[in-house]
Amino acid sequence: MTSASSPTPSVVDISGVTKTFDVPGHGTMTALEGINLTIGRGEFVSLIGPSGCGKSTLLRLIGDLTDPTAGTVAVNGKPAPQARVDRDYGIVFQAPVLFDWRNVEENVRLPLELARIDKAAREARVTEMLELVELTDFRRHHPYQLSGGMQQRVSIARALSFEPALLLMDEPFGALDEMTRERMNSEVLGIWAQTGITVVFVTHSIPEAVFLSSRVAVMSPRPGRISRLVNIDLPRPRTVETRESRRYFELVTEVREALRGHEGGGEGITGGEAGLDDAALERMAAEGGIG
Amino acid sequence: MRRPLGWARRNLPAIIVFVAFISAWQIALSNIETRAFILPAPSSIVNALFENWEAGYQIWPAAQVTFQEAAGGMVIGTIVGVLVALLISRWRLAGDIALPVAVAISAIPVIAFAPIANNWFGVLSPTSKMVIAAVLVFFPIMINVLRGLTEVPPSSIELMRSYAAAPSAVFWKVRVPNALPYFLTGLKVGVTLALIGAVVGEYFGGLTVALGRIVVSSASTLAFEITWAAIIVASVVGIAMYLLIVAVERVAIPWHPEVRGEQR
Repeated sequence: MTSASSPTPSVVDISGVTKTFDVPGHGTMTALEGINLTIGRGEFVSLIGPSGCGKSTLLRLIGDLTDPTAGTVAVNGKPAPQARVDRDYGIVFQAPVLFDWRNVEENVRLPLELARIDKAAREARVTEMLELVELTDFRRHHPYQLSGGMQQRVSIARALSFEPALLLMDEPFGALDEMTRERMNSEVLGIWAQTGITVVFVTHSIPEAVFLSSRVAVMSPRPGRISRLVNIDLPRPRTVETRESRRYFELVTEVREALRGHEGGGEGITGGEAGLDDAALERMAAEGGIG
Repeated sequence: MRRPLGWARRNLPAIIVFVAFISAWQIALSNIETRAFILPAPSSIVNALFENWEAGYQIWPAAQVTFQEAAGGMVIGTIVGVLVALLISRWRLAGDIALPVAVAISAIPVIAFAPIANNWFGVLSPTSKMVIAAVLVFFPIMINVLRGLTEVPPSSIELMRSYAAAPSAVFWKVRVPNALPYFLTGLKVGVTLALIGAVVGEYFGGLTVALGRIVVSSASTLAFEITWAAIIVASVVGIAMYLLIVAVERVAIPWHPEVRGEQR
C-alpha cells in the first residue's frame, strides 16, 4: 500500500504534536505536548508510561481516531486522515472488539469486505491469516466460544488481513493473565518477523515493552511527553532465554528508572490535575474526535 | 442443546405445581357447595371447550379470528415501529418530532382508544382490531429497535472508522445486527400486547365469532364455564405466539447471551 513516490522511508512521522481537551469545570487539559517521533519501516516501537501520560491518545492520533490540536501526524508519508482512508494501518484494541454475530472467519473477513476485495482473494487471505494466528480449527466458532487470548488472536488476524503497512496495538494483552500474555508476546514477534510489518505498541508493562521492541518510548504525564527513547539491542529472535539474559534485565532496569525519573513530587502514578486517566481521555477523544 | 430429559427435569417443579393446583381446584369444588358462576370446576371448563357448539359459542373458530386480528396488528405495529425507529436513528430532527408523539400514543389507554378505532375502521371489520393491536405493538418495537440501532459500543464504531467504513457499511454490518436481539425482545413484548389489543377491541363490538365477544356474551348469560374456556384459549394463543418468537430467536441469534443462557 506504500506509494513508490513516497519521499520518506518512515512509516510514522509525528512532529510538534500537541493535544488538549476541554474538560468541563476544569478548563483545558493538555494531554500531549511537543511530541516528535519518527518510526522507520519494520520497527517495533512501544509507548510506555503511567496512566494519564497520553500514550493511548498518541496511538489514536496516529490512527486518525482523534485530531491533534497542533502539529502534524504523517503515516506512510501521507497525512494521517488520508492514510486511514487508504487503510494503511490495522488496529488492535485492549478489548478484542469482535462482532458476536460473526464467527471467527467472518470477523477476520470484515475489513476485506469493506475494502471490496473479491471473494476468492478474500477467502485465501482469511485462510492464510487463520494459519498465521493458529486458529484454523476454530474458523467456524463464535467469539463467545473462545478464550480471551484466542479472541485477541482473531482481532490480530483481522487487523493484518488487508496487509496494512502499520499495526497499531493499544494494550492488546492488558486483560490477559501473565502466562497467556507471554505466549502472545512471542506470537506477535513471530508475526512481526514473518510479515515485516511496522508495529506501534502501547503498554504499561515494562517486561513486555522490552521483550518486544526495537525501541521503547518512555512517556511522562502532565503534560504527556516522550521523555526518553530507549534502544533495545537484544538479539533476535527473542526467546524464553532472552527473558533470562543479563542484558534484558539491564534494559528493564533502564526503562524502569526512566519511568521513575518523572514520578517525583510525591505524586502517585494515577490521577492528574484534572483527576483524569487514559480511559477518561479516550472517552473524551471518542466523543470529541469522531462526532 | 439439552436433551428432552433435561427439559423435563428443569420444568418438573412447575408441572407438579400446575397439576396439583388444578387437582386441588377440582377436588375442592366437588366437595364444597359453590355456584358455578363464581368458579366453575376445571372439568366443566374442559367440557365447555368441546361442547359449546350448540350454545352458539364457537370457541375454536373464534380463536382463529382473534389470532388473525392479533397477527395482523403484530405485522402492522412491527412495520411502523421499525420504520419510525429507522427514521429517528437516522435524523435527530425526526426523533425530536416523532418521539414525543410516540410516547403520547403509547400513553393512550387502549380501553379509551378501542371504541374510536372501531368507529373509524368499522366495528365489524377485523381491521379495527388489528389497528388497536398495532397501536399497542408499535411502542415496544420502536423503542427496542431504536436502542439496538443507537446503543452500539463506541469501540465497534471506532473499529469501523479505522477501516474507513462508509456510513452505509456501519449501518448494515454493525447497527442492524446489533439491533436484532433488541428487535426480538420487542417482538416478545409486542406479541402478548397484540392479543390483549385484539380482545379488548372485540369487547367494544364486532362479529360474534371472536374470543372477546364470547367472553362478553357468555358472561352476560352467566355461562361462566364458557367465559373461562375462552380466556384459557386466548392465553394459549398468546403463549403459542410467544413461543414462536422464542423459536425464531434461537435460529436468528444463537450467539446472543440470552439465547445461550436458556440452553444451559
